[in-house]
Amino acid sequence: MAGTALLGRLTWQLAELVEVVAETPHVKTIVFDVPGWPGHRAGQHVDVRLTAEDGYQAERSYSIASASDGTRVALTVQRLEDGEVSPYLTDELRPGDKIELRGPIGGYFVWEPSEGGPLMLVAGGSGIVPLMAMIRTRAAADDDTETRLLYSSRSQDDVIYSDELERLSGNGLTVVHTLTDSQPPGWTSYARRVDAEMLAEVTPAPAERPRFYVCGPTPFVEAVAESLVQLGHDPRAIKTERFGPTGG
Amino acid sequence: MTVVSRGFRGRRAADVNPARVPPGQYVTRDFPVLSAGPTPHTALRLWDFSIIGELDQPRVWTWEEFRALPSEEITRDIHCVTKWSKLDTVWRGVAVDTLLEGIETSAEYVTAYSDGGYTTNLPLEDVTGGKGWVVFAYEGQPLAPEHGGPARMLVPHYYFWKSAKWVRGLRLQSTDEPGFWETNGYHNYGDPWQEQRYSGD
Repeated sequence: MAGTALLGRLTWQLAELVEVVAETPHVKTIVFDVPGWPGHRAGQHVDVRLTAEDGYQAERSYSIASASDGTRVALTVQRLEDGEVSPYLTDELRPGDKIELRGPIGGYFVWEPSEGGPLMLVAGGSGIVPLMAMIRTRAAADDDTETRLLYSSRSQDDVIYSDELERLSGNGLTVVHTLTDSQPPGWTSYARRVDAEMLAEVTPAPAERPRFYVCGPTPFVEAVAESLVQLGHDPRAIKTERFGPTGG
Repeated sequence: MTVVSRGFRGRRAADVNPARVPPGQYVTRDFPVLSAGPTPHTALRLWDFSIIGELDQPRVWTWEEFRALPSEEITRDIHCVTKWSKLDTVWRGVAVDTLLEGIETSAEYVTAYSDGGYTTNLPLEDVTGGKGWVVFAYEGQPLAPEHGGPARMLVPHYYFWKSAKWVRGLRLQSTDEPGFWETNGYHNYGDPWQEQRYSGD
Protein backbone atom coordinates (compact mmCIF):
# COMPACT_ATOMS: atom_id res chain seq x y z
CA MET A 1 0.00 0.00 0.00
CA ALA A 2 2.75 2.44 0.92
CA GLY A 3 4.33 2.10 -2.51
CA THR A 4 1.11 2.80 -4.34
CA ALA A 5 0.29 5.69 -2.02
CA LEU A 6 3.62 7.19 -3.01
CA LEU A 7 2.53 7.15 -6.63
CA GLY A 8 -0.73 8.85 -5.69
CA ARG A 9 -2.78 5.85 -6.73
CA LEU A 10 -5.93 5.24 -4.76
CA THR A 11 -6.28 1.49 -4.44
CA TRP A 12 -9.31 -0.30 -3.03
CA GLN A 13 -8.68 -1.23 0.58
CA LEU A 14 -10.53 -3.55 2.94
CA ALA A 15 -12.23 -1.61 5.69
CA GLU A 16 -13.61 -3.38 8.77
CA LEU A 17 -16.63 -1.92 10.51
CA VAL A 18 -15.76 -1.39 14.18
CA GLU A 19 -18.55 0.83 15.50
CA VAL A 20 -22.03 2.05 14.64
CA VAL A 21 -23.51 5.20 16.20
CA ALA A 22 -27.19 6.09 15.68
CA GLU A 23 -27.20 9.85 15.16
CA THR A 24 -30.86 10.50 14.25
CA PRO A 25 -33.76 8.26 13.15
CA HIS A 26 -32.41 8.34 9.57
CA VAL A 27 -28.70 8.84 10.04
CA LYS A 28 -25.94 6.59 11.36
CA THR A 29 -22.23 7.00 11.76
CA ILE A 30 -20.27 3.92 10.73
CA VAL A 31 -16.66 3.76 11.87
CA PHE A 32 -14.13 1.68 9.96
CA ASP A 33 -10.64 0.49 10.65
CA VAL A 34 -8.64 0.79 7.43
CA PRO A 35 -5.16 -0.72 7.77
CA GLY A 36 -2.64 1.45 5.94
CA TRP A 37 -4.93 4.49 5.87
CA PRO A 38 -2.66 7.42 4.94
CA GLY A 39 -4.66 10.03 6.88
CA HIS A 40 -6.93 12.67 5.37
CA ARG A 41 -7.82 16.33 5.37
CA ALA A 42 -11.14 17.65 6.67
CA GLY A 43 -13.67 17.83 3.84
CA GLN A 44 -12.35 14.90 1.82
CA HIS A 45 -14.45 11.89 0.88
CA VAL A 46 -14.10 8.21 0.15
CA ASP A 47 -15.57 5.87 -2.43
CA VAL A 48 -17.30 2.78 -1.10
CA ARG A 49 -17.73 -0.34 -3.24
CA LEU A 50 -20.17 -3.16 -2.51
CA THR A 51 -20.17 -6.46 -4.38
CA ALA A 52 -23.12 -8.85 -4.66
CA GLU A 53 -22.60 -12.63 -4.82
CA ASP A 54 -23.10 -12.60 -8.60
CA GLY A 55 -20.32 -10.04 -9.02
CA TYR A 56 -22.56 -7.00 -9.46
CA GLN A 57 -20.94 -3.93 -7.91
CA ALA A 58 -22.21 -0.57 -6.73
CA GLU A 59 -20.04 2.42 -5.84
CA ARG A 60 -20.93 5.60 -3.97
CA SER A 61 -19.04 8.53 -2.46
CA TYR A 62 -19.36 9.55 1.21
CA SER A 63 -17.83 12.47 3.08
CA ILE A 64 -15.49 11.63 5.93
CA ALA A 65 -16.94 12.79 9.25
CA SER A 66 -13.91 12.30 11.46
CA ALA A 67 -10.69 14.21 11.94
CA SER A 68 -7.67 12.29 10.73
CA ASP A 69 -6.96 9.72 13.47
CA GLY A 70 -4.67 6.81 12.66
CA THR A 71 -6.46 4.06 10.75
CA ARG A 72 -9.96 5.07 11.89
CA VAL A 73 -12.34 6.53 9.31
CA ALA A 74 -15.89 7.54 10.25
CA LEU A 75 -18.61 8.06 7.66
CA THR A 76 -22.01 9.49 8.52
CA VAL A 77 -24.67 8.10 6.22
CA GLN A 78 -28.25 9.21 5.72
CA ARG A 79 -30.55 6.33 4.90
CA LEU A 80 -32.38 7.07 1.66
CA GLU A 81 -35.65 5.13 1.40
CA ASP A 82 -35.15 4.00 -2.19
CA GLY A 83 -31.36 4.08 -2.05
CA GLU A 84 -29.28 1.18 -3.29
CA VAL A 85 -26.26 1.56 -1.02
CA SER A 86 -27.21 3.68 2.00
CA PRO A 87 -29.82 1.24 3.45
CA TYR A 88 -27.20 -1.52 3.26
CA LEU A 89 -24.65 0.63 5.11
CA THR A 90 -27.08 1.79 7.80
CA ASP A 91 -29.18 -1.35 8.33
CA GLU A 92 -27.30 -4.42 7.14
CA LEU A 93 -23.66 -3.86 7.99
CA ARG A 94 -22.50 -5.26 11.36
CA PRO A 95 -19.27 -4.77 13.30
CA GLY A 96 -16.68 -7.19 11.88
CA ASP A 97 -18.10 -6.93 8.33
CA LYS A 98 -15.69 -5.73 5.68
CA ILE A 99 -16.35 -3.51 2.70
CA GLU A 100 -14.06 -2.02 0.07
CA LEU A 101 -13.15 1.61 0.31
CA ARG A 102 -10.70 3.96 -1.40
CA GLY A 103 -9.56 7.45 -0.59
CA PRO A 104 -9.05 10.05 0.64
CA ILE A 105 -10.38 11.94 -2.37
CA GLY A 106 -10.66 15.63 -3.22
CA GLY A 107 -8.32 18.57 -2.88
CA TYR A 108 -10.63 21.60 -3.01
CA PHE A 109 -13.41 21.39 -0.44
CA VAL A 110 -10.86 20.93 2.34
CA TRP A 111 -9.73 22.96 5.31
CA GLU A 112 -6.71 22.75 7.55
CA PRO A 113 -6.01 24.86 10.65
CA SER A 114 -2.98 26.42 8.90
CA GLU A 115 -5.35 28.02 6.38
CA GLY A 116 -6.86 30.16 9.11
CA GLY A 117 -10.16 31.99 9.12
CA PRO A 118 -12.52 33.39 10.02
CA LEU A 119 -14.24 30.23 8.99
CA MET A 120 -17.94 30.30 8.10
CA LEU A 121 -19.60 26.92 7.72
CA VAL A 122 -23.14 26.61 6.40
CA ALA A 123 -24.80 23.19 6.52
CA GLY A 124 -28.13 21.91 5.30
CA GLY A 125 -29.18 18.54 6.74
CA SER A 126 -26.53 15.86 6.29
CA GLY A 127 -24.39 18.50 4.59
CA ILE A 128 -23.01 18.91 8.10
CA VAL A 129 -20.78 15.84 7.66
CA PRO A 130 -17.68 17.29 5.90
CA LEU A 131 -18.06 20.49 7.96
CA MET A 132 -18.05 18.42 11.17
CA ALA A 133 -14.73 16.96 10.02
CA MET A 134 -13.43 20.55 9.92
CA ILE A 135 -14.81 21.32 13.40
CA ARG A 136 -13.33 18.10 14.78
CA THR A 137 -9.98 18.75 13.09
CA ARG A 138 -9.94 22.22 14.60
CA ALA A 139 -10.71 20.81 18.05
CA ALA A 140 -8.18 17.98 17.76
CA ALA A 141 -5.47 20.52 16.87
CA ASP A 142 -6.56 22.76 19.76
CA ASP A 143 -6.93 25.45 17.12
CA ASP A 144 -8.86 28.61 18.00
CA THR A 145 -9.61 29.92 14.49
CA GLU A 146 -12.80 31.98 14.71
CA THR A 147 -15.42 29.60 13.35
CA ARG A 148 -19.16 29.94 12.97
CA LEU A 149 -21.51 27.17 11.95
CA LEU A 150 -24.99 27.92 10.67
CA TYR A 151 -26.78 24.59 10.59
CA SER A 152 -30.24 24.09 9.11
CA SER A 153 -32.25 21.02 10.11
CA ARG A 154 -35.91 20.10 9.79
CA SER A 155 -36.49 19.44 13.48
CA GLN A 156 -34.51 18.98 16.66
CA ASP A 157 -34.60 15.19 16.15
CA ASP A 158 -32.86 15.64 12.80
CA VAL A 159 -29.88 17.53 14.21
CA ILE A 160 -26.80 15.36 13.71
CA TYR A 161 -23.92 15.61 16.25
CA SER A 162 -26.14 17.76 18.51
CA ASP A 163 -24.41 17.03 21.83
CA GLU A 164 -20.91 17.13 20.40
CA LEU A 165 -21.53 20.51 18.75
CA GLU A 166 -22.72 21.88 22.08
CA ARG A 167 -19.67 20.46 23.83
CA LEU A 168 -17.23 21.88 21.27
CA SER A 169 -18.78 25.37 21.30
CA GLY A 170 -16.60 28.10 22.77
CA ASN A 171 -12.87 28.59 22.16
CA GLY A 172 -13.80 30.57 19.04
CA LEU A 173 -16.56 28.23 17.79
CA THR A 174 -20.13 29.53 17.60
CA VAL A 175 -22.94 27.21 16.55
CA VAL A 176 -26.26 28.65 15.36
CA HIS A 177 -29.15 26.32 14.56
CA THR A 178 -32.23 26.92 12.48
CA LEU A 179 -35.11 24.43 12.56
CA THR A 180 -37.23 24.79 9.45
CA ASP A 181 -40.21 22.48 10.00
CA SER A 182 -40.86 22.14 13.72
CA GLN A 183 -39.37 23.60 16.84
CA PRO A 184 -39.45 22.36 20.44
CA PRO A 185 -41.27 24.48 23.06
CA GLY A 186 -39.19 27.46 24.11
CA TRP A 187 -37.04 27.44 20.96
CA THR A 188 -35.37 30.84 20.69
CA SER A 189 -33.09 30.44 17.68
CA TYR A 190 -34.06 30.66 14.01
CA ALA A 191 -37.13 28.80 12.75
CA ARG A 192 -37.02 29.28 8.99
CA ARG A 193 -34.98 28.37 5.94
CA VAL A 194 -31.59 30.04 5.66
CA ASP A 195 -32.00 33.38 3.88
CA ALA A 196 -29.93 36.49 3.17
CA GLU A 197 -31.06 38.24 6.35
CA MET A 198 -30.03 35.29 8.51
CA LEU A 199 -26.68 34.99 6.73
CA ALA A 200 -26.03 38.71 7.23
CA GLU A 201 -26.71 38.31 10.96
CA VAL A 202 -24.59 35.22 11.49
CA THR A 203 -21.71 35.70 9.01
CA PRO A 204 -18.60 37.83 9.62
CA ALA A 205 -18.59 41.02 7.52
CA PRO A 206 -17.07 40.88 4.02
CA ALA A 207 -14.21 43.11 5.25
CA GLU A 208 -13.14 40.26 7.55
CA ARG A 209 -12.67 38.06 4.48
CA PRO A 210 -14.32 34.93 5.85
CA ARG A 211 -13.70 31.60 4.14
CA PHE A 212 -16.94 29.81 3.36
CA TYR A 213 -17.73 26.13 3.16
CA VAL A 214 -21.33 25.43 2.18
CA CYS A 215 -22.70 21.89 1.98
CA GLY A 216 -26.20 20.53 1.59
CA PRO A 217 -28.83 19.69 -1.00
CA THR A 218 -28.52 21.56 -4.30
CA PRO A 219 -31.35 24.11 -3.81
CA PHE A 220 -29.97 24.94 -0.33
CA VAL A 221 -26.43 25.45 -1.62
CA GLU A 222 -27.60 27.47 -4.63
CA ALA A 223 -29.64 29.79 -2.40
CA VAL A 224 -26.92 30.23 0.24
CA ALA A 225 -24.10 30.84 -2.26
CA GLU A 226 -26.21 33.31 -4.20
CA SER A 227 -27.13 35.24 -1.03
CA LEU A 228 -23.50 35.36 0.11
CA VAL A 229 -22.41 36.86 -3.21
CA GLN A 230 -25.21 39.42 -2.97
CA LEU A 231 -24.07 40.31 0.56
CA GLY A 232 -20.71 41.29 -0.92
CA HIS A 233 -18.59 38.23 -0.18
CA ASP A 234 -15.88 37.20 -2.62
CA PRO A 235 -17.23 34.35 -4.79
CA ARG A 236 -13.76 32.81 -4.83
CA ALA A 237 -13.88 32.44 -1.04
CA ILE A 238 -17.09 30.39 -1.21
CA LYS A 239 -16.50 26.67 -1.58
CA THR A 240 -19.52 24.51 -2.15
CA GLU A 241 -20.38 20.85 -2.11
CA ARG A 242 -23.81 19.68 -3.15
CA PHE A 243 -25.72 16.47 -3.06
CA GLY A 244 -29.26 15.35 -3.62
CA PRO A 245 -31.29 12.25 -2.92
CA THR A 246 -29.72 10.83 -6.04
CA GLY A 247 -26.82 8.74 -5.01
CA GLY A 248 -28.10 6.82 -2.02
CA MET B 1 -9.15 -8.53 -3.78
CA THR B 2 -12.84 -8.03 -4.42
CA VAL B 3 -14.89 -9.25 -1.46
CA VAL B 4 -18.55 -10.17 -1.52
CA SER B 5 -20.57 -7.87 0.71
CA ARG B 6 -22.65 -10.20 2.87
CA GLY B 7 -26.33 -9.69 2.18
CA PHE B 8 -25.87 -7.11 -0.57
CA ARG B 9 -27.97 -7.80 -3.63
CA GLY B 10 -27.96 -4.42 -5.30
CA ARG B 11 -30.79 -2.90 -7.19
CA ARG B 12 -30.12 -3.05 -10.89
CA ALA B 13 -32.31 -0.98 -13.15
CA ALA B 14 -34.23 -3.59 -15.14
CA ASP B 15 -34.79 -1.33 -18.14
CA VAL B 16 -31.18 -0.26 -18.64
CA ASN B 17 -28.77 -2.00 -20.97
CA PRO B 18 -25.75 -2.67 -18.71
CA ALA B 19 -23.43 -2.25 -21.72
CA ARG B 20 -24.25 1.47 -21.68
CA VAL B 21 -23.20 1.95 -18.05
CA PRO B 22 -19.45 2.38 -17.38
CA PRO B 23 -17.88 0.56 -14.40
CA GLY B 24 -18.88 1.95 -11.00
CA GLN B 25 -21.69 4.10 -12.44
CA TYR B 26 -25.45 3.92 -11.86
CA VAL B 27 -28.21 5.37 -13.98
CA THR B 28 -30.23 8.31 -12.68
CA ARG B 29 -33.24 10.02 -14.18
CA ASP B 30 -32.92 13.37 -12.50
CA PHE B 31 -30.07 15.74 -13.22
CA PRO B 32 -27.88 16.36 -10.18
CA VAL B 33 -25.86 19.57 -9.92
CA LEU B 34 -22.21 19.66 -8.98
CA SER B 35 -19.97 22.67 -8.87
CA ALA B 36 -17.27 24.03 -6.61
CA GLY B 37 -18.60 27.52 -5.96
CA PRO B 38 -21.45 29.97 -6.50
CA THR B 39 -23.29 29.88 -9.83
CA PRO B 40 -22.14 32.82 -11.99
CA HIS B 41 -24.77 34.94 -13.74
CA THR B 42 -23.41 36.69 -16.81
CA ALA B 43 -25.90 38.81 -18.74
CA LEU B 44 -26.14 37.79 -22.39
CA ARG B 45 -25.25 41.31 -23.53
CA LEU B 46 -21.93 40.94 -21.68
CA TRP B 47 -21.33 37.34 -22.71
CA ASP B 48 -18.91 36.42 -25.46
CA PHE B 49 -17.03 33.33 -26.51
CA SER B 50 -13.36 33.44 -27.46
CA ILE B 51 -10.74 31.20 -28.96
CA ILE B 52 -7.31 32.33 -27.83
CA GLY B 53 -3.79 30.97 -27.51
CA GLU B 54 -1.87 29.48 -30.40
CA LEU B 55 -3.59 30.88 -33.45
CA ASP B 56 -2.94 33.85 -35.74
CA GLN B 57 -5.72 36.05 -34.40
CA PRO B 58 -7.98 35.44 -31.40
CA ARG B 59 -11.59 34.87 -32.42
CA VAL B 60 -14.51 36.24 -30.45
CA TRP B 61 -18.26 35.90 -30.86
CA THR B 62 -20.96 37.88 -29.10
CA TRP B 63 -24.00 35.92 -27.92
CA GLU B 64 -25.92 36.90 -31.07
CA GLU B 65 -23.01 35.94 -33.32
CA PHE B 66 -22.53 32.67 -31.47
CA ARG B 67 -26.22 31.81 -31.76
CA ALA B 68 -26.13 32.60 -35.49
CA LEU B 69 -23.56 29.84 -36.03
CA PRO B 70 -24.83 26.51 -37.36
CA SER B 71 -25.94 24.36 -34.43
CA GLU B 72 -26.95 20.76 -34.12
CA GLU B 73 -28.93 18.48 -31.83
CA ILE B 74 -26.77 16.06 -29.89
CA THR B 75 -28.13 13.00 -28.06
CA ARG B 76 -25.60 11.30 -25.82
CA ASP B 77 -25.17 9.45 -22.53
CA ILE B 78 -23.34 11.48 -19.88
CA HIS B 79 -21.27 10.18 -16.97
CA CYS B 80 -20.39 12.14 -13.81
CA VAL B 81 -17.35 11.12 -11.75
CA THR B 82 -19.61 11.20 -8.66
CA LYS B 83 -21.08 7.94 -10.05
CA TRP B 84 -24.31 8.92 -11.79
CA SER B 85 -24.89 8.41 -15.48
CA LYS B 86 -27.78 9.80 -17.45
CA LEU B 87 -28.77 8.20 -20.74
CA ASP B 88 -30.01 9.81 -23.95
CA THR B 89 -29.60 13.41 -22.87
CA VAL B 90 -30.57 15.85 -25.64
CA TRP B 91 -28.60 19.05 -26.20
CA ARG B 92 -28.31 21.74 -28.84
CA GLY B 93 -25.04 23.47 -29.53
CA VAL B 94 -22.25 24.48 -31.85
CA ALA B 95 -19.60 21.91 -32.72
CA VAL B 96 -16.06 22.87 -31.73
CA ASP B 97 -15.23 21.97 -35.36
CA THR B 98 -17.47 24.86 -36.44
CA LEU B 99 -15.74 27.29 -34.06
CA LEU B 100 -12.31 26.23 -35.30
CA GLU B 101 -13.17 26.54 -39.00
CA GLY B 102 -10.46 28.47 -40.86
CA ILE B 103 -8.14 28.46 -37.85
CA GLU B 104 -4.58 27.22 -38.36
CA THR B 105 -2.98 25.97 -35.18
CA SER B 106 -0.17 23.69 -34.11
CA ALA B 107 -1.79 23.26 -30.69
CA GLU B 108 -2.37 19.74 -29.43
CA TYR B 109 -4.23 20.66 -26.25
CA VAL B 110 -7.04 22.94 -25.26
CA THR B 111 -8.08 24.51 -21.98
CA ALA B 112 -11.75 25.40 -21.62
CA TYR B 113 -12.14 28.38 -19.28
CA SER B 114 -15.28 29.60 -17.57
CA ASP B 115 -16.90 32.38 -15.60
CA GLY B 116 -15.98 31.87 -11.95
CA GLY B 117 -12.43 30.80 -12.83
CA TYR B 118 -13.06 27.12 -13.62
CA THR B 119 -10.75 25.47 -16.15
CA THR B 120 -10.43 22.00 -17.62
CA ASN B 121 -7.89 20.59 -20.07
CA LEU B 122 -8.41 18.25 -23.01
CA PRO B 123 -6.42 16.97 -25.97
CA LEU B 124 -7.55 19.02 -28.97
CA GLU B 125 -8.32 15.84 -30.90
CA ASP B 126 -10.87 14.94 -28.22
CA VAL B 127 -13.06 17.97 -28.87
CA THR B 128 -12.78 17.96 -32.68
CA GLY B 129 -14.00 15.47 -35.26
CA GLY B 130 -17.57 15.64 -33.92
CA LYS B 131 -16.57 14.88 -30.32
CA GLY B 132 -17.05 18.26 -28.61
CA TRP B 133 -19.64 21.04 -28.57
CA VAL B 134 -20.49 24.34 -26.89
CA VAL B 135 -24.14 23.75 -25.96
CA PHE B 136 -26.82 26.31 -25.07
CA ALA B 137 -29.98 24.21 -24.77
CA TYR B 138 -30.95 21.09 -22.84
CA GLU B 139 -34.09 19.08 -23.62
CA GLY B 140 -35.35 21.92 -25.83
CA GLN B 141 -34.98 24.65 -23.20
CA PRO B 142 -32.30 27.31 -22.67
CA LEU B 143 -29.59 25.83 -20.47
CA ALA B 144 -30.33 26.69 -16.81
CA PRO B 145 -27.62 28.58 -14.88
CA GLU B 146 -27.09 25.76 -12.37
CA HIS B 147 -26.43 23.39 -15.27
CA GLY B 148 -23.92 25.75 -16.85
CA GLY B 149 -26.05 28.23 -18.79
CA PRO B 150 -25.95 30.26 -20.86
CA ALA B 151 -23.46 27.85 -22.45
CA ARG B 152 -21.30 24.91 -21.40
CA MET B 153 -18.97 22.44 -23.03
CA LEU B 154 -20.27 19.01 -23.95
CA VAL B 155 -17.57 16.37 -24.27
CA PRO B 156 -19.64 13.33 -23.40
CA HIS B 157 -17.01 10.63 -23.89
CA TYR B 158 -15.21 11.98 -20.80
CA TYR B 159 -16.47 12.28 -17.23
CA PHE B 160 -18.72 15.30 -17.08
CA TRP B 161 -16.31 17.63 -15.23
CA LYS B 162 -14.59 17.99 -18.61
CA SER B 163 -17.84 19.49 -19.97
CA ALA B 164 -17.07 22.86 -18.36
CA LYS B 165 -20.11 24.86 -17.20
CA TRP B 166 -20.35 28.62 -17.90
CA VAL B 167 -17.69 28.28 -20.57
CA ARG B 168 -16.39 31.51 -22.09
CA GLY B 169 -13.61 30.30 -24.31
CA LEU B 170 -11.03 27.81 -25.44
CA ARG B 171 -7.28 28.37 -25.13
CA LEU B 172 -5.27 26.47 -27.73
CA GLN B 173 -1.99 25.21 -26.28
CA SER B 174 1.03 23.22 -27.41
CA THR B 175 1.45 21.84 -23.88
CA ASP B 176 -1.04 20.10 -21.62
CA GLU B 177 -1.94 22.17 -18.57
CA PRO B 178 -4.01 20.42 -15.88
CA GLY B 179 -7.17 22.36 -14.99
CA PHE B 180 -9.16 22.85 -11.79
CA TRP B 181 -10.15 19.30 -10.84
CA GLU B 182 -7.12 17.87 -12.61
CA THR B 183 -4.93 19.67 -10.04
CA ASN B 184 -7.25 18.70 -7.18
CA GLY B 185 -6.85 14.95 -7.21
CA TYR B 186 -8.83 14.00 -10.31
CA HIS B 187 -7.56 12.21 -13.40
CA ASN B 188 -5.92 14.19 -16.20
CA TYR B 189 -8.04 12.48 -18.89
CA GLY B 190 -11.13 10.99 -17.24
CA ASP B 191 -12.32 8.23 -19.57
CA PRO B 192 -15.33 6.67 -17.80
CA TRP B 193 -14.89 3.36 -19.61
CA GLN B 194 -11.36 3.10 -18.15
CA GLU B 195 -12.70 4.35 -14.80
CA GLN B 196 -10.11 7.13 -14.79
CA ARG B 197 -11.61 8.97 -11.82
CA TYR B 198 -8.65 10.03 -9.75
CA SER B 199 -4.93 10.77 -10.26
CA GLY B 200 -3.15 7.49 -10.87
CA ASP B 201 -6.26 5.52 -11.96
